[in-house]
Amino acid sequence: MTGRIHQVGSGAITDGADVAVEMTGVHKWFGEFHVLKDIDLQVMRGERIVICGPSGSGKSTLIRCINGLEDYQRGRIVIEGMELTQDIKRIDQVRREIGMVFQQFNLFPHLTILENCTLAPIWVRGMAKREAEEIAMQFLTKVRIPEQANKYPGQLSGGQQQRVAIARALCMQPKIMLFDEPTSALDPEMVKEVLDTMVQLAMDGMTMLVVSHEMSFARQVANRVVFMDEGQVVEVNSPEAFFNNPQHERTKLFLSQILR
Amino acid sequence: MRVLRWWNGEIAVVTTQIEPQTGRAYVRRESVVALPPPVTMVGVIGWLRTNLFSSALNTTLTVVTVLCFAWVIPPIVKFLIVDAVWSGSGRESCLVSELNPRMGACWAFVRDRLSYVIYGSYPLTQRWRVDVFFAFLAFSTAWLLWLDAPRRDFGVFNFFIVLPVVSFVLLSGAPMFGLPSVDTTLWGGMMVTIVVAAVGIVVSLPLGVLLALGRRSNMPAVKFFSVMFIEFVRGVPLITVLFMASVMLPLFVPPAWSPDKLVRALVGIALFASAYMAEVVRAGLQAIPRGQYEAAAALGLGYWQARRLIVLPQALRITIPNILNSYIALFKDTTLVFIVGIFDFLRTIEISRADPKWATPGTSMTGYVFAALVYFVFCYLMSRYASQLERRLGAASRLQGAGQ
Repeated sequence: MTGRIHQVGSGAITDGADVAVEMTGVHKWFGEFHVLKDIDLQVMRGERIVICGPSGSGKSTLIRCINGLEDYQRGRIVIEGMELTQDIKRIDQVRREIGMVFQQFNLFPHLTILENCTLAPIWVRGMAKREAEEIAMQFLTKVRIPEQANKYPGQLSGGQQQRVAIARALCMQPKIMLFDEPTSALDPEMVKEVLDTMVQLAMDGMTMLVVSHEMSFARQVANRVVFMDEGQVVEVNSPEAFFNNPQHERTKLFLSQILR
Repeated sequence: MRVLRWWNGEIAVVTTQIEPQTGRAYVRRESVVALPPPVTMVGVIGWLRTNLFSSALNTTLTVVTVLCFAWVIPPIVKFLIVDAVWSGSGRESCLVSELNPRMGACWAFVRDRLSYVIYGSYPLTQRWRVDVFFAFLAFSTAWLLWLDAPRRDFGVFNFFIVLPVVSFVLLSGAPMFGLPSVDTTLWGGMMVTIVVAAVGIVVSLPLGVLLALGRRSNMPAVKFFSVMFIEFVRGVPLITVLFMASVMLPLFVPPAWSPDKLVRALVGIALFASAYMAEVVRAGLQAIPRGQYEAAAALGLGYWQARRLIVLPQALRITIPNILNSYIALFKDTTLVFIVGIFDFLRTIEISRADPKWATPGTSMTGYVFAALVYFVFCYLMSRYASQLERRLGAASRLQGAGQ
């Protein structure tokens, strides 16, 4: 089974030149409110993108568009060569290739940790229960909580729950992972264990889009940092350039607010 | 610094202030020994004080309640037990006479009419089929309700699929299996009440779930239909639904198509109960956080998979006490079928008490008391089960930390 995990990583590195996510001229409105304005973003396979910006800037909406949790009104989103349309079959097809981790973990409280991890492989991928459980245990070991497999989510700490959520997404063996503020709902002392897990995932070569204000994480693993404000991409830069030499006035203001 | 006098007369000096002269703070040198609580807090006296006589208002209410009981209970016991007639073969046994100086309940009447009250006019030779139905129903219900029963998945399948089919074949008959057909006009009594309630219960849950999902659907047509159906049924009394089912329907469809009278009432009751069930289930669906739907969708689960595996198990679990509450209401509502000429349990008692063979001043009262007792036992059992389940689910959700 380690071979399979390895495959995800190495595959991403060898095909590094290929495009994983391509957003072209994407616009989205919530009623009258223009949340996403002309978004152009290209993410290569194996690339790690950190998206930051003030609250209400549309960063969560942007990554939620990528797996079809939000629809968009104009533009094009292509995932791994598949165009994301409003067709529910196509959306489900795309979702199978994308794992997502939420701010509030969103584990299924009525299922054990192991059942949380095997549910989608069994019902969506049609995997045998035994095989799904083996894979789930592999990933639970990877996020360092195999001993909690038979507990319920409510019995775990926030940090452990979030690591389970990462393992649950990985069990579908996705090509892309989306993180929507994965550490914002955690107690301060639990942030590190989740970030460590994410760093490890990055080292394995996963394509990652992370909405986060964890600047240490951005410096450590991001290939590019995307700064958003008022529904627009304001600045895209390498982490060093972004933190040390921001170009746009809005970026400078934002960084001065969060880095003290 | 405080000086305390304990109940046993000892005096203690307590200080937690820093003493100005020495600059020392309070440090405890020995721990206080745990003492038994005062007698006014424990035992019978303690219980009485906290529960019955804790305040002037509470004391007054206690006294008034005791007086009410003293006023009401002795005559009831006297009528139902002391002066009651337990056996006899006709009205003479229950009439006031030298042997029987005061009027009491005429239980002899209930004993004599018991088989009619249970089976209605079901043919005598075929009544074993009803007994088998009762036994199978009791078995299936126990399998469904007993939370630690083996193979509860089969139990659910048995209750919602096997039981209805077997019951239908048993009760209405299948000549090819050697069971002569029994026309539903002969059905009556407890059997009909239970059939009507069971059909309502078995049909209303799945249909209610579908309607509740439909009401929250994104598809306008499905949503419109569900809302219209639920609101229409909720806006109309059950009696009206039954009248429409039994009187109006035959006007619109050719006689050959017109279904049996009992079936019409069953459909009416089942649809009526479904609309209410839909609202109960909807409350449960709304209690599930949006994140659960999104997590299911993000994993690639389709609409029905997400509903079946993620949403409904959680929603129904928190709704079970309310579902059982609807079932209790439904069980009592079944008495209304007598309006369209179906001989349910209450109706057979009505007919029996008017029987000249047993007409005495105490017969009606006995009949109604008996009916009340039977309904009470059924409803009380359901209500006890609901509260047990609630307690157990409460414990389970604490274990699972469902509050997250």
